[in-house]
Amino acid sequence: MATTLTRRGLGAAAAGLTLFFSLSPAGAQTALPGSLQTNRRLDAWLRISADGTVTVFTGKVEIGQGAVTALLQMAAEELDVAPARIRMVSGDTALTPDEGFTAGSQSMEYGGTALRYAAAEARAILLDLAAGKLGVPAASLTVSDGAIAAPGGAGTTYWAVAQANSLRREATASVAPKPPGQHRIVGTSLPRLDIPAKVTGGAIYVQDMRLPGMLFGRVARPPSYGAKLVSVDLDAVRAMPGVVAVVRDGRFLGLVAEREEQAVKARLALQAAARWEVPAALPDPARLHEDLRARKTDDTIASEKRGDAPAVARRLSASFTKRYIAHASIGPSAAVAHYAADGSSVHVWSHSQGVFPLQRDLVRVLKLSPAAVVVSHAQNAGCYGHNGADDAALDAALLARAVPGRPVKLQWMRDDEFQWEPYNPAMEMALSAGLSAEGRIVEWTHEVWSNHHNNRPLNPKEGSNLLASWHLAEPHPPVYPRALPQPAGSGDRNAVPLYDFPNQKVVFHLIPEAPLRTSALRTLGAYGNVFAVESFMDELAAAAGADPVAFRLAHLKDARARAVIEAAVKLAAEDQGELPRGIGFARYKNLSAYVCCIAEVALDRDSGAVRVPRVWSAVDAGQVITPDGLLNQIEGGIIQAVSWTVKEDLPFDVKGILAKDWSRYPILGFAEVPKLRTAVLNRPDEKPLGAGEASQGPAGAAVANALARALGKRVRALPYTAERVKAAMA
Amino acid sequence: MPAPITLQVNGREATVTAEPDTPLLYILRNDLELNGAKFGCGLGQCGACTVLVEGQPVPSCVTELQAVVGRPVTTLEGLGTPDNLHKLQRAFIAEQAAQCGYCIGGMIMEAKALLDRNAEPTDPEIREALSAHLCRCGTHNRIVAAVQRAVKEG
Ligand code: FES
Ligand code: FES
Repeated sequence: MATTLTRRGLGAAAAGLTLFFSLSPAGAQTALPGSLQTNRRLDAWLRISADGTVTVFTGKVEIGQGAVTALLQMAAEELDVAPARIRMVSGDTALTPDEGFTAGSQSMEYGGTALRYAAAEARAILLDLAAGKLGVPAASLTVSDGAIAAPGGAGTTYWAVAQANSLRREATASVAPKPPGQHRIVGTSLPRLDIPAKVTGGAIYVQDMRLPGMLFGRVARPPSYGAKLVSVDLDAVRAMPGVVAVVRDGRFLGLVAEREEQAVKARLALQAAARWEVPAALPDPARLHEDLRARKTDDTIASEKRGDAPAVARRLSASFTKRYIAHASIGPSAAVAHYAADGSSVHVWSHSQGVFPLQRDLVRVLKLSPAAVVVSHAQNAGCYGHNGADDAALDAALLARAVPGRPVKLQWMRDDEFQWEPYNPAMEMALSAGLSAEGRIVEWTHEVWSNHHNNRPLNPKEGSNLLASWHLAEPHPPVYPRALPQPAGSGDRNAVPLYDFPNQKVVFHLIPEAPLRTSALRTLGAYGNVFAVESFMDELAAAAGADPVAFRLAHLKDARARAVIEAAVKLAAEDQGELPRGIGFARYKNLSAYVCCIAEVALDRDSGAVRVPRVWSAVDAGQVITPDGLLNQIEGGIIQAVSWTVKEDLPFDVKGILAKDWSRYPILGFAEVPKLRTAVLNRPDEKPLGAGEASQGPAGAAVANALARALGKRVRALPYTAERVKAAMA
Repeated sequence: MPAPITLQVNGREATVTAEPDTPLLYILRNDLELNGAKFGCGLGQCGACTVLVEGQPVPSCVTELQAVVGRPVTTLEGLGTPDNLHKLQRAFIAEQAAQCGYCIGGMIMEAKALLDRNAEPTDPEIREALSAHLCRCGTHNRIVAAVQRAVKEG
């Protein structure tokens, strides 16, 4: 790999940046691209070492989505070094840039963009140093895997010219990253860095950490959110074999033992020793949506548009619902915490998606100084959003505080995760539309009711969103963030249609008070809203006597949107089949990747069971960094969404959550997962877009539309479990 | 203090001091420092902790230590190492058959038992063999493709 310097710096991208920068007010900080804006030093991102290695620091973390490998590719590309030279350090409050959360499919866009600019600039700095040393113009140098060559045969290397302070400066973003036509590493399917260890038993998950003298922790949570601890006898538990400490602080109960099985047994004893008063405080599950609708709302208008249009000839309206969904990670949350022997500081290893925001909540709850709390990321099973990761980190710290000097590995049991993780909220979507005499949509309204979709730790001045902090004798109040506004949105994410309607109104009724704990699950509200929008589009197409695909295209100007719909339709047409099919389309957040899915449904009329044998899809995620990684994300998202759609409904009654294990929360298994075919529309000249959340909405909607065809009747309430479909057939 | 118990894991003898009813999973992970078997549910429902006992796949989370005395145990580490991969491990890497990867160790062990009794399983036979294993990331089809690749490449 050899490239010359002249390719850089002078293209349209650089011109655009100059314009952009000149707009920033005099005296203000220059606006820098991506996460460079908030982490402005080059040496915060990169280290070039004399031993021929490159260290890349990223605030983004690996949660099974392949992000860290994709980021490595971007850095290797801009530096012109072989990927094998790069060591990635990710998500560590002591070592890496603070990039907030690894969420919202933004790692490529923010973290990747920052790395690209930082690496391109680092390369230019190193070439300037080499040019000085070799006495030739920098523009005449070429680089191949860090080896720098001058015309005539002279040469040096990055490792020889880099000084300790070479990158100790503020980034300027003045060196434009390579144009896509010159990419050699980006756009290839570099094998994921983490997979070899994952298939051979390497130490890679937080559960695989073993520190000298480490103890094992477990928590014994209340039986429900509002349960009051009447009494608990800790002495019997303290006397059990191996038990080192039992912690009670308010209604937070936990223990630490020498061996893991001793901790598990002691937890059972602690649960048995505690007497609780359990109020009947949750809604009647049969009247969930009525209950939510009766609560106070904060209303915002997500979109409003008025324009000239033909008269309404026919009006339709329909109301759609979805229930609570669990993240249901295969590995329950876990953490390791280690207090210094004098109790003055703590190091926590967590699979949090945001080690920096978590650290700030921990500082407050543990009453330590910011410098005394370090949080390092370590993987766990996929989380798909805000699961129990952050909560487990605080649990581990509270237990480790009781045994200063000894590390504690805290593992939630299966029931801890099912009972206490924050669920994806139940939602209701009420849609209405007016069709003209020619069968075009001339009016559209969409109202959505939902609890908050994001209750992550977020560093306010007071309060905390860590579970145990609410149960302490001195409880911290939970903090409700402001809902993310449009265009990204939260509960109203993708409620604003991408279709072109002359008149539209979209209203978000945020219900602040949540009977069940809720927070971010992949897509936030987009899964529910796309289900509603795309179901309703099919209903309107039928009312207009139009083909659902042609009807969508007739209302859609966006060329990339049209292209993915056409590509998915074409792909599906290649495979024959008798089963009814349905379509679902969305551009995630109306800002990110475009996906269209076509699903087929097999309905068992006796039981009501819905199977989805095949799904065809097309995706446009802009420039593709790792084709195989993109497919893995899109296809995984489809399977998870099919599971949500035909299986998942978190069971609860007025006294608490009824799911304690997989028997009450079944998910899609091998016999049921659809076979998938996916077309990727690569757009090398568009910016790369995350894809971890792009396919769920379209996949769910495609199943809904296929089922409507199979039944000859529309079911507007998710999920499509056998009992519910059977009831709808009656 | 319980009496020491000797077991055979991955072709070696190991002696541990633990209660006889201790779940094998904790012995493997904590005493023998083997990471391949994962804690997923502790209830025999998800398959993440699967190991082979006398060649048969079992959930180690609900298998007691005393039940494997004198019966050879094989974990993911016993199949191959990064430098000397088993054909299934090689195939899982080639297919990039993991997202978070937490379920994968159990999947590979189940697939190993399958291939030992049926050298050329069909797609439905592979799915049937893996049906007790949960994967939340939706990696199922790649896992099946990886098993098929291992069959083909032998
Ligand atoms: S952890 Fe053993 S089956 Fe789930
Ligand atoms: S790859 Fe994540 S659970 Fe299977």
